[in-house]
Amino acid sequence: MKRNLIVLAAFAATAAYAEPTARDVQQVLQRDFHPRGQATMERLAQDGVQRVCTETRDQPPAALAKQLEADQMKTIAFPSGSLMGDWKNGEKIAQSGRGSMWSDKPGAAAGGSCYNCHQLSPKELSHGTIGPSLLRFGKTRGNGADTQKYVYGKIYNAKAYNLCSQMPRLGHAGTLTEQQIKDLVALLLDPASPVNQ
Amino acid sequence: MRALVYGAATALALAAAPAAAQQSQFEKYQKMVAEGSPVELFELSGEELWKKKQGPRQASLEKCDLGKGPGVLKGAYAALPRYFKDVDRVMDLETRLLHCMTTLQGRTREEATKRLFGDANQPSEMEYLSAYVAGQSRGTKLAPGAAHPKEKEAYELGKTMFFYRTGAWDFSCASCHGEAGKRIRMSELPVLSEPKAARPLMATWPAYRVSNSTFVTMQWRINDCYRQMRTPEPNFGSETTVALITYLTVTAKGEAYRGPGTKR
Repeated sequence: MKRNLIVLAAFAATAAYAEPTARDVQQVLQRDFHPRGQATMERLAQDGVQRVCTETRDQPPAALAKQLEADQMKTIAFPSGSLMGDWKNGEKIAQSGRGSMWSDKPGAAAGGSCYNCHQLSPKELSHGTIGPSLLRFGKTRGNGADTQKYVYGKIYNAKAYNLCSQMPRLGHAGTLTEQQIKDLVALLLDPASPVNQ
Repeated sequence: MRALVYGAATALALAAAPAAAQQSQFEKYQKMVAEGSPVELFELSGEELWKKKQGPRQASLEKCDLGKGPGVLKGAYAALPRYFKDVDRVMDLETRLLHCMTTLQGRTREEATKRLFGDANQPSEMEYLSAYVAGQSRGTKLAPGAAHPKEKEAYELGKTMFFYRTGAWDFSCASCHGEAGKRIRMSELPVLSEPKAARPLMATWPAYRVSNSTFVTMQWRINDCYRQMRTPEPNFGSETTVALITYLTVTAKGEAYRGPGTKR
């Protein structure tokens, strides 16, 4: 009993500036933000992936990660047939940083912001480095059905492959369409794409 | 003269930190840009606005208390954000300026926040004022409030927000500012949770941005990061934005302020 009281007292003393709990944060966010354009308030609610990655600082326990990755895999709608679109369109999509922002016109063609983080075509020198270089991606891996499927799935929902990846779930989030993702698959895998020159 | 001082400081920084060869080109460019910066013009316009009688009360901001007493500007910015007893909350520079506009000048919040972020053709009142007030802290070490329970609470909330993954693209601040030596396109990304990176950065905000000829403030910076994080828009001066600015400034504490800076 006495020990409990001491613990309680210690808790009360630090409570004034303790780390906010998950529920506190949601309350704060709902109060401190407002919807604008296509960016609705629902976007602030964390889903299971965001919550686990926040709470573990992107280091989820392996078993939990495996389970949640499997759940994410189920969100991917793989189209039947070839997943290779037009690499020329893919290059435009990779260049564009627009899409899903409150400043973007709803319904206007979005981009994938790919060059923000990845090296792709060797002609584009202004590329980011947060993600791995994808230079010659298809040249080293080929463009078989399994590779196409992997690339399509990774772009559609990167969290199905690496739970706390910093890469957005571009298909799952509704930013890119099925055809746009196919065009990006071609940018990475088509032998004629500048990525593979 | 200021350009000379800045140049000397840059040279010292270069000598102190063994920068990679590719970075030294970038720093040379930054130094060149800083020497031709119009920051002082923004400070002058800000001083005029500070002294201009405005609003229903036809009052200037000269009695605005930024934490060091009414009208005291010297070193005030370097001590922000901090707790203000009159409003029982933590405020950053811009939130406090807005408070002074509504209280001293009698302006409505709606009118005073109509155009917070300007553009190249027409900078905003808040941008000019931020330039002027921040400039009065040159040479003063950053010492934001960190003792009051509400200041500690703001720091903790800011830290939590920095690592909080949310929005349509699952980003946290750390998604881009969490790993050393990374870039978005050609922009280098400081790891703002570490003093080493936060110090030089916070010591030079607000800043003039050469690439689009605008003067940008910390409230703008937080706002525009969230825009790119694909979240809804944070309210100006909200607890969240002030908490993030508190977290970043406390992480940078001790660094001598040398802004307003000049950015790419």
